Amino acid sequence: MFISFFYLLRSRELDVSLNEWLTLTEALDKGLAGNSLTGFYYLARSILVKSETDFDKFDGAFLEYFKDIKTYEELPKELLDWLNNPKEKKNNYDKAQDEKNLQLSLEEIQKMLMERLAEQDSEHNGGSYWVGTGGMSVFGNNGNASNGIRVGGVSRRHSAMQVAGERHFRDFRNDTVLDIRQFQMAFRKLRQFSSRIEAPKTELDIDSTISETCDNAGNLKVVYQRPRKNTVKVLLLMDSGGSMDYYNNLCSALFQAVQKSSHFKDLKVYYFHNCIYSMLYKDPYCMYGNWVETEWVLKNISSDYKVIIVGDASMEPSELYGRSYYNYGARTDTPGIEYLKRFKAKYKNLVWLNPIVDMGWRTGYWRQTYDALKKEFDMYPLTVQALDKAIKKLLVSK
Amino acid sequence: MNQKQTFKGSSDYVVSDELMRAVNIAMALEKPLLIKGEPGTGKTMLAQAISKALNKKLIIWNIKSTTKAQDGLYVYDVVQRLYDSQFGAEGVDNIKKYVKMGKLGEAFSSDEQVILLIDEIDKADLEFPNDLLWELDKMEFYIPETKETIKAKKRPIVIITSNAEKELPDAFLRRCIFHYIQFPDKELMEEIVKVHFDNLDQKLLDSVMDAFYWIRNLDINKKPSTSEVIDWIQALEIGGISAEKIKSEIPFAGVLLKKNEDLETVERSRRRFRA
Repeated sequence: MFISFFYLLRSRELDVSLNEWLTLTEALDKGLAGNSLTGFYYLARSILVKSETDFDKFDGAFLEYFKDIKTYEELPKELLDWLNNPKEKKNNYDKAQDEKNLQLSLEEIQKMLMERLAEQDSEHNGGSYWVGTGGMSVFGNNGNASNGIRVGGVSRRHSAMQVAGERHFRDFRNDTVLDIRQFQMAFRKLRQFSSRIEAPKTELDIDSTISETCDNAGNLKVVYQRPRKNTVKVLLLMDSGGSMDYYNNLCSALFQAVQKSSHFKDLKVYYFHNCIYSMLYKDPYCMYGNWVETEWVLKNISSDYKVIIVGDASMEPSELYGRSYYNYGARTDTPGIEYLKRFKAKYKNLVWLNPIVDMGWRTGYWRQTYDALKKEFDMYPLTVQALDKAIKKLLVSK
Repeated sequence: MNQKQTFKGSSDYVVSDELMRAVNIAMALEKPLLIKGEPGTGKTMLAQAISKALNKKLIIWNIKSTTKAQDGLYVYDVVQRLYDSQFGAEGVDNIKKYVKMGKLGEAFSSDEQVILLIDEIDKADLEFPNDLLWELDKMEFYIPETKETIKAKKRPIVIITSNAEKELPDAFLRRCIFHYIQFPDKELMEEIVKVHFDNLDQKLLDSVMDAFYWIRNLDINKKPSTSEVIDWIQALEIGGISAEKIKSEIPFAGVLLKKNEDLETVERSRRRFRA
């Protein structure tokens, strides 16, 4: 059933698996969709879609697939207009009528509504039979009946086509190519365990316990040890702005993955524009004044930090080799390459991640600095596989 | 099969139509329900409401960054057993005495159906959800120490909440029913507020709602949520603030906003608004 809907969803890059599809079929068998399109919409969405970022894709596909279906919810426009502007509400609550109404099921009410709509040709307000406002009938807006269908008016009971059509979740879309999780998994490998940390001794040391107990003539003597923790400290230096804007999504995924990797002992992040000069910025906007001296970083961040530089290494050659004549406020008469070399000299574990996956077709001066820096540093493209390699590189000393 | 149960919200928890559907779907399919949404949209409250509405016991497993999947199943207290054996305490040869059930184990071994809330699953380690796949699928686990299999007598209704701090693994997601709680619109919010306050002046409520959604639409870092608006109304009621003053002065803004920058943003836009 609906197999082509399944393939439509898959072609819309919704990662729906056969398993989930079978679950949906099972749910339909159990009648969980309540024989309505709205029910089916919510049922399918909650089973097939697992992130609010994908809701929009689902809405789009749903609209396309079911666009020709006529539903009960569709009403003539004049009717809606009139119902949306209720006439004065009368105090006409009728208990007997209400009790009679309560006997009706939703299906019966829907059926009655369709019949009534066929008969009715004028406005009715305050009555108990026709569709109207402020009345006791089971249909209409702003009425006094306890149950029934609200026709028109502002309602939270949206129909499926309305909900899908509103595309509420458009803002949630994130068409990032790479999953943050994949990056995170790669960063997990960046760890070196050591028990030489300052933490309370909370783990049972089995070997020592056995040997101490033996020494103690068989009387139990429990020995605890410190848990082993990751000791990796990371210094992340990110290029921001300019030619890097093309890679915003990719870099922000990487950044989030690093940020969320709570297993690092310490993480420091600084930003630079094009190349590292005398100042490193504290945020990606690289605003004048919001910075620390590069010299300070080199002095105070010890050499056991693992350094990851993220940048496209593409700039005007003078920005790399030249002394200051064009100024962002951070440049002095020490050329950028000099600072980069200082980082390389100080930190044994340093890699360069480059969002440019394939430099193949590019030529010109951008190419020059790319090639030069590639020779100077261990440069890896920013893909999951290459990131794995880069992290291995960070863990072994040269 | 047990008779069909459905959830229709409870007296102090207002549930949106979509959420109600999702809960009922999850219960009918006997799959865990994964709830995501902005903080303060009542994710945790949901489990309490279901437990109350269906009159079932609620077992809450709060996840912390150090929580391991094993903790939820059972803990074997080796050290206690070793100590006991030293002093020849009774029952040392009975391993069962030293196996203590975790929250999941508790839910499985309960004679009646229970609601199990796994709260903030994203707080835990990345691998955590994967370690629970089998247990949540089959609703059973094996204790090697006692050679026992703990199998759920009645499959518990499992509610899992996540704040999306970490992405959850695909294999885990595929086994869940997913629902994203959207931030309530004005109409629903009024309903929620009315559940918490018995006789609230409609005029006061209107101006609170106006001010609240106005603040939420400003460019602020930490948007106030349902629980904050309820606290705010409480403060306004105690302070005896009139409805007119709310929009123009935003009294007790500190209840709504928790960050200095946000308070300043609101202050600035308020002045501009009045000028």
